[in-house]
Amino acid sequence: MFNKRVGIEYWPVLRQLTGSDRLGRGKAARSKDTDALRARTGQADRVVESVCPYCAVGCGQKVYVKDEKVIQIEGDPNSPISRGRLCPKGSASKQLVTSPGRQTKVLYRRPHGTDWESLDLDEAMDMIADRVVDARRSGWEDTYEGKPVRRTMGIASLGGATLDNEENYLIKKLWSALGAIQIENQARI
Amino acid sequence: MAECHPVGFQWVMEAKARGAKVFHVDPRFTRTSAVAHRHLPIRAGSDIVLLGALVNHVLSGGHDFREYVLNYTNAASIVGEDFRDTEDLDGLFSGYDAEKREYDPTSWAYQNGDAQAAAGARDEAKTDDDRSHEHGPGATFEATPSQTGHAPRRDETLEHPRCVYQILKRHFARYTPELVEEMCGIGPERFAELADAIVANSGRDRTTAFVYSVGWTQHTVGAQYIRTAAILQLLLGNIGRPGGGILALRGHASIQGSTDIPTLFNLLPGYLPMPYAHEHEDLDTYLERAAGDTGFWGNKRAYMVSLLKAWWGDAATADNDFCFDYLPRLTGDHGTYHTVLDQIAGKVKGYFLMGENPAVGSAGGRLQRQGLAATEWLVVRDLNLIESAEFWRNSPEIAAGETSPEQIATEVFFLPAAAHTEKDGTFTNTQRLLQWHHKALDPPGDARSDLWFIYHLGLRVRERLAGSTDRNDRPIQELTWDYPVEGPHDDPSAEAVLAEINGYDGDGRPLSGFTALKDDGSTSSGCWIYSGCYTGGVNQTARRRPGPEQSWVAPEWGWAWPANRRILYNRASADPEGRPWSERKAYVWWDGEQWTGHDVPDFEKTKPPSYEPPEGATAQDAIAGTDPFIMQTDGKAWLFVPKGLVDGPLPAHYEPQESPVANPLYAQQDNPARQLYPRRGNRYHPAGSTVYPYAFTTYRLTEHHTAGGMSRFLPYLSELQPEMFCEVSPALAAERGLTNGGWATIVTARTAIEARVLVTERMSPLRIQGRTVHQVGLPYHWGTSGVVRGDSANDLLPIVLDANTHIQESKAATCDIRPGRRPQGAALGALVRRYRRQAGIPED
Ligand code: SF4
Repeated sequence: MFNKRVGIEYWPVLRQLTGSDRLGRGKAARSKDTDALRARTGQADRVVESVCPYCAVGCGQKVYVKDEKVIQIEGDPNSPISRGRLCPKGSASKQLVTSPGRQTKVLYRRPHGTDWESLDLDEAMDMIADRVVDARRSGWEDTYEGKPVRRTMGIASLGGATLDNEENYLIKKLWSALGAIQIENQARI
Repeated sequence: MAECHPVGFQWVMEAKARGAKVFHVDPRFTRTSAVAHRHLPIRAGSDIVLLGALVNHVLSGGHDFREYVLNYTNAASIVGEDFRDTEDLDGLFSGYDAEKREYDPTSWAYQNGDAQAAAGARDEAKTDDDRSHEHGPGATFEATPSQTGHAPRRDETLEHPRCVYQILKRHFARYTPELVEEMCGIGPERFAELADAIVANSGRDRTTAFVYSVGWTQHTVGAQYIRTAAILQLLLGNIGRPGGGILALRGHASIQGSTDIPTLFNLLPGYLPMPYAHEHEDLDTYLERAAGDTGFWGNKRAYMVSLLKAWWGDAATADNDFCFDYLPRLTGDHGTYHTVLDQIAGKVKGYFLMGENPAVGSAGGRLQRQGLAATEWLVVRDLNLIESAEFWRNSPEIAAGETSPEQIATEVFFLPAAAHTEKDGTFTNTQRLLQWHHKALDPPGDARSDLWFIYHLGLRVRERLAGSTDRNDRPIQELTWDYPVEGPHDDPSAEAVLAEINGYDGDGRPLSGFTALKDDGSTSSGCWIYSGCYTGGVNQTARRRPGPEQSWVAPEWGWAWPANRRILYNRASADPEGRPWSERKAYVWWDGEQWTGHDVPDFEKTKPPSYEPPEGATAQDAIAGTDPFIMQTDGKAWLFVPKGLVDGPLPAHYEPQESPVANPLYAQQDNPARQLYPRRGNRYHPAGSTVYPYAFTTYRLTEHHTAGGMSRFLPYLSELQPEMFCEVSPALAAERGLTNGGWATIVTARTAIEARVLVTERMSPLRIQGRTVHQVGLPYHWGTSGVVRGDSANDLLPIVLDANTHIQESKAATCDIRPGRRPQGAALGALVRRYRRQAGIPED
């Protein structure tokens, strides 16, 4: 749009034709407004080192936080793996964490229910703990074909390849102690 | 690789810029093909023919790296007289029991000896009393008590007719360029170009790398695909050396980590096997079966006892076998597919899905959703409302009128998860590198990390069982479950968990590494191969010394298991005397006093090349100074596997369960040990079916992530790849009347799905056994939820598994394809039934 505040001599095309930037890719295309532009990343309160959550290349990420919100995620040039690059998925990870469609509330669907209902997180945790204790007992096997197994077939779990090692460690530890063996993840798939 | 691991692919391009020749073998032409020197379109499911022909080319042409092969592999080992090859038995190895559909591997052993499977990660054999029809054939496998060490008889001339080298030669002799043309659709000139390039680029001065992904694993012969590549790479001396290897590219941020610290039924942390049920099993008998006594697995008691100490702390003592009895026992295949069938049978009450979407991502989508609907209660933890959380109201079965929310009794809890930016922790990437990601901020609303969830669930369950006197509750009562908490939500400290994984000595100091582990209960470690990641009390995984400030190996970025080694078995990068094979490929070497080099040597630091094990030595003491493969019982890489695989000691080409052609090599059409589940909803197509005449394969796109839970809900990525489509060649389009941009319906015996048609020369029809075979390409990301929606390719697939890994065959199957959208409502089932009837498949 024509900027009335500046004279014709500031028109980029004129500066491109008359100045040294004949390709119009340098100073001919600049204005006071562009000079005043600052990268969003410059306003961050803090920059946190992270790793892309999608594939197993493990590209380095820098997470820019302002006012307790993620304002940008960029590739980490220091990473000897990725050298600052991110692919479309890694580049979209800011939207993964800030997307308005992301679910942030516990939802509950009762048996035969036709819609979600809301549920308090604490209550949900108690209900799940009750069900774990119950399913563990009802699926308990002391022996299998005469051999001791001391396990429960009442509970199964799938998932872990998108989780942290520490999370998988506690999952395996807890379920093994509870006697659940059907503990699996994407690595089988 | 350019499509699914794009940033990793920059290193292939770097290599290309330095003169490396890049071949891309794939049914489809992709972004990788576009920049490769040569794209070789291949028929999905025929890779063992191609790799086997390369092995044959190396062996018959005398191109093997003889000094490497002789010293570092079991080529010279002599196999027992009872062994019979597929060449002798028309596609079967000796030991096959047709009724049980499984092998007894006894006859594969070395002459006058035996060898224990190297790693602990093996299913146990079924003994007769273990057998149960529920577990399907080939599901389990008994390891015999360990008799370990070097093969008793070797022939260093490699001429003995039963030495491994000669067995290989005979076995692969019929894997010829002509067979490659007939079965893979790759012509002899193209094959020669590939074979010559690989041979020319291997040896003292040069190395060749193979890179693969689930295109190799998701087959009924998946493990043997990798084995064939391993044989080839070992014959050429390309393992344990820079620029060599067989590199698995894994698709999830921590899928490697979830194998190392396994959420897998058959493993304990660090590839120790889960115990199987036996009448009188204690720690000793378990360890006897778990792994060999020689090589680094010989320290298995230290690894196992330290794990038990990490889990049960002071309660674990020498007097009570360190609580070994507290571990539940396996009796067969308890893998995810087996569990789903058990769910349908009403045997599994509760199910947790943690960052996984089987309704879209697992083979046999209808069965997956049936399983969810037959579960009493389900907990889904995810960032978004994925299909597996909403199957009760938006599944294809509801759309078809087969069921309704009112009929589905599953109680569903959806718990929002924290994102990677909202928690501390490590991912282990595809090169075994642990990288710490720092928490940037608190998760929103009810969102919590999985660490928070499992820790607080554990606390609540322990509370409920605290007063119990039932002895079965002791493992949970006595479990060490006390982590420091931080932040507004009492998040357990991920660093404290990592420190427990690393392990402590008797004085509570972090261990320096797995060699410090003791078998007397004085040390603890939650995963022995990760020990050292927190050495000195410092989080080694959080190290981020900038790449340009380090050597090309970059040892100070993150931490790689084991012991921060970046290339495994790197002692093989030096010759038997410890000298680099060449200056150009120098990596680690013996300097007269110790092993040194660019990487952490994968060898005892001061063990000289001249070391010879004394009689009766165990663990690493049994490994000679010239044996690089220190996890193997004999220190050698196994070209021939005398123990540890359930479907044969050598790879043989078998057709996929669903194939358009017959196997010309053997009378045996498919892998005789594969796991089959013929049942309602899971009917298989006969080979060469004219009703389902086309091959199809599934794959991922750059812009989406597996089952879509982390991509289809993002507007950016959805805009980039908005719609389910199928790729077909112009010839197939003409044959079936498909138009570019129009719709097609793809039909199998399981269901039919619709997709937009992309007519493209990227799909090439292949000449196989003198006729044209068409392949249909199907990305598998879509489902009924998300910003962009579409039918799921995985719904088309049957459940049929590799017996070694229990992984499904989803990279090769057959279908029909027809123009137009699929029928809606009851008409969909009618169409699928009509096809089944036509093909003579049993009614459901
Ligand atoms: S940015 Fe792309 S290539 Fe890198 S880890 Fe993420 S998904 Fe993989």
